[in-house]
Amino acid sequence: MRNIVTLAQRELAAYFFSPIAYVVIALFLSLSGFFFISMVFTPGNPASMRPVFEFVIPMILFFALPIVAMRLMSEELRSGTIEQLMTAPVTDAQVILGKFFGVLVFYVAMLATTVVHWIMVGLYGDTDFGATVAAYIGLLGLGGLFLAVTLFFSTCTKNQVIAALASLVVLGLFTWLPMLVSQHVEGTLRAVIQHAGVMPHYQEFSRGLIDLNHVLYFLSGIALFLFLSVKVLESKRWR
Amino acid sequence: MIRVKNLTKYYGPTLAVDNISFHVPKDEIVGFLGPNGAGKSTTIRILTCYHPATSGYASVAGHDVFTQSMQVREKLGYLPESTPLYQEMRVREYLDFRLKLRGVTRVDRPAMVKKAVDRVWLGDMMDRQIGHLSKGYRQRVGLAEAIMHEPAVIILDEPTIGLDPTQIRETRSLIRDLAKSHTVMLSSHILSEVEAVCDRVIIIAKGKIVASGTPDKLREKLTADSRLIAEIRGPNEDVVKTVGGIAGVHDVKIEQNDGWNRLKIDVDAKRDVREDLFTVTTQKGWALREMRREVASLEDFFVQITAQQQESRQD
Repeated sequence: MRNIVTLAQRELAAYFFSPIAYVVIALFLSLSGFFFISMVFTPGNPASMRPVFEFVIPMILFFALPIVAMRLMSEELRSGTIEQLMTAPVTDAQVILGKFFGVLVFYVAMLATTVVHWIMVGLYGDTDFGATVAAYIGLLGLGGLFLAVTLFFSTCTKNQVIAALASLVVLGLFTWLPMLVSQHVEGTLRAVIQHAGVMPHYQEFSRGLIDLNHVLYFLSGIALFLFLSVKVLESKRWR
Repeated sequence: MIRVKNLTKYYGPTLAVDNISFHVPKDEIVGFLGPNGAGKSTTIRILTCYHPATSGYASVAGHDVFTQSMQVREKLGYLPESTPLYQEMRVREYLDFRLKLRGVTRVDRPAMVKKAVDRVWLGDMMDRQIGHLSKGYRQRVGLAEAIMHEPAVIILDEPTIGLDPTQIRETRSLIRDLAKSHTVMLSSHILSEVEAVCDRVIIIAKGKIVASGTPDKLREKLTADSRLIAEIRGPNEDVVKTVGGIAGVHDVKIEQNDGWNRLKIDVDAKRDVREDLFTVTTQKGWALREMRREVASLEDFFVQITAQQQESRQD
């Protein structure tokens, strides 16, 4: 546990030393701010963050998080620092978990900037506190999953761009494709696609529902990709 | 402190380390010498628990590198070949981070960092960003990292590569100093370095150990079949007989060289028979026009090994 915290702290510090963190945060803030102004913060609209949370924020995260997380392991593999890390008295699982929690805290900080929007809406109307908190929990799960998937691909290759692109493809496949396809099919197939897809699970949160089903969906998805990352890292030793 | 038995490592179909065994006792400096690609780094990576071996056994400080990996890593200080470091961290932060990973408490860390940094002459670079340091200073950061937790065993992979002559000398004296209270293993492809620093040398080529021993012993072993070349004018048989009779001469071979007898004389390495040879020829009234000694040096031996490896690679 202590090692995970140490590794996560270093990772988080590394983010704030690199310009990419500030670029991504700035981009995220300006995009979410723009959509917030145009979709929510207009006279006559209901005092709810839901229009932005439902679709726009996941879309921004879909592009932003692979860019944030692509360097996690790829950078270590490319520069060779992985050798120092893997010969230190830390387990491979601790390395992966440290990386994951480091980037997760960064993501939470990035997400926290949108709380300003919530406060602004709150000044002019009554927001549904519970629903907004639920939406944030959903965003935590969604972002956590995106980060875990990118971490997995980052462990596979020393090329950051390939790691990001592979994550975009896989995330796109599970996030946006089911939304498009499920409108054109019916019956069991539709149910299966909707269960596998990320968005139906997430949108329950943005509607204000915290259902154990959906919580487990995100937790198990994150656990799966973290587990796979550890396995890939272990297998690197043998090559 | 380091024990290796029948260690073999394949990278896919490529054999990198071929059934090697050796032992490094406590507080000894051992040099691991070999041309590039001989299997030095591979062996070191097995010892430092980075790569598992394909077969065989290795232990460091009494712990098996495969089954007791964590204990080995705790007792080991390791400087990897190209000194990979986090570029964005400051020297102090980096060393502090590494100590934290080793479970050193907040109270003890600053003193340990300070001590190590002073030892590698890095004091005034403490608050510099590692990415801004020159190669020599970065190497020292790596070295400080390897020694700061007072490990029982220190393994340095090419510690002086890329350093300028002064830095090389400083690093060597540091390594010698470390060996007073630590077991040190260092790899190099430069013979003179290993000769200058190490108590014992293990020469490795093509994944196999080709020679091992103290530098003096190795030299002795190599010069055991050292040779004297002499050209003498005189009656063939008599020359061979007389020269063969000198104490310390094992064997004499003769060939004709435009009227001169060219002698290849195998002699005892510890004896210099040149003066005796001169006395004998003058007594007999023969003419002597050349006399020289062919001494195989460690360098020759090493070059020979390297050349062999390159030849077999071209095949």
